[in-house]
Amino acid sequence: MKYLDEYRDPQGARRLLQQIRRTATQRWILMEVCGGQTHSLLRHGIEEALEGCIELVHGPGCPVCVTPTETIDLAQALSKRDDVMLTSFGDMLRVPGSEQSLLDVRAGGGRVRAVYSPLDAVELARRNPEKEVVFLAVGFETTAPATALAVQRAAHDGIGNFSLLVAHVRVQPAMEALVQSSDCRVQAFLAAGHVCAVMGYASYEAFARQFGLPVVVAGFEPLDLLAGILACVRQLEAGEARVENEYSRGVQREGNPVAQAIVREVYEICDRPWRGFGTIRQGGLRLRKAWREFDAEARFSCTDSLPVIEASQCLSGEILSGRIKPPACPAFGNACTPDRPLGAPMVSSEGACAAFYLYRRNG
Amino acid sequence: MCLGIPGKIVRWVHRDGTLAAAEVEFDGVRRVCHMACVPEAKEGDYVIVHAGIAISRVDPVEARRIFEQLEALGDDDGWRDD
Ligand code: SF4
Repeated sequence: MKYLDEYRDPQGARRLLQQIRRTATQRWILMEVCGGQTHSLLRHGIEEALEGCIELVHGPGCPVCVTPTETIDLAQALSKRDDVMLTSFGDMLRVPGSEQSLLDVRAGGGRVRAVYSPLDAVELARRNPEKEVVFLAVGFETTAPATALAVQRAAHDGIGNFSLLVAHVRVQPAMEALVQSSDCRVQAFLAAGHVCAVMGYASYEAFARQFGLPVVVAGFEPLDLLAGILACVRQLEAGEARVENEYSRGVQREGNPVAQAIVREVYEICDRPWRGFGTIRQGGLRLRKAWREFDAEARFSCTDSLPVIEASQCLSGEILSGRIKPPACPAFGNACTPDRPLGAPMVSSEGACAAFYLYRRNG
Repeated sequence: MCLGIPGKIVRWVHRDGTLAAAEVEFDGVRRVCHMACVPEAKEGDYVIVHAGIAISRVDPVEARRIFEQLEALGDDDGWRDD
């Protein structure tokens, strides 16, 4: 596939690996923020190939993983109502809430549907006028334009039985929370390529200066990731802390202004609880007042929150903040597997626990 | 979750506003994608599609940069995989 396969060229990858090894005089610690990158690094054996040379710490960039249990419980409560059809991305439906996942609710007769795009959920609402279709809107800035477009479409077409349960999160505030925690070991960041495709990377310039950390925008294929890692290592060796873009085929400094305007029209920044981090200041998005009629929480007046029960063995907080790696969790691969996950990082294909389970179980 | 796949715009279906849509081809498979975020894209351009919407246009000149960088690194001279 064009713009995909050529970035998987093994010979090019070997050359970049070689160059990284030659350049690094010490074992630098890099964090890839995005779960899609974690998945790719493990799938293509890059993490393993760099062992002993570069330590990769896996970041919190899996929106499914950082969605708090309260939100999943709330979505389940909605999905049990006779008049509601609850929709979301497939991964989100498998994440355990306090007692069960949304898929378990479906097995018990609840109306839960996986969709590929939030706009598909609007179509479901159009075709099922007797139902209230709620879309559980998780995702980073990459996904926010799609969910914002969905409410705009519903408003445009006068579809009154569609609403969003918004759990959108913003990446940069989480990176700031991470580097300000006392035990943060990260020395450079690979910034999430598709978040930057929407948001650009100008806002990382102050971040890199303030914290003295290189930030390199990287894509998702092996050559993209290795070029990003090499750029980080070169900066670290030179004592620099700049923003560089190694995903320039898809990312511009200013991002996508049209997408940003769509997001800004529908959403405003808010504080938001993240699993593993607590509440992050300005760490999320919520619907603006003008769009409140599309807010599922307001529509169904979800006020009283239920007590949250977290699986006590699950160390997802430590995993998501990069403090430990999945195999260090006692439940990893035993009590917790992708078929019977105890925590979100084992569910989502981009969760660090699932990525390790799939690609590094025996290694 | 932030998965984005590059695809080639085959045909615009709708040009305006929140309804903007085009047929995009991925590895021979065509799908109608939402184009409101890339109104300037042309047929034949590649776009990165996430959750059914195009979020960015692929810049064909920048797309070669990594290969130029690889060229500059020169040949693989006796590196062992150890
Ligand atoms: S292996 Fe399972 S139980 Fe352990 S941290 Fe990961 S998701 Fe939680």
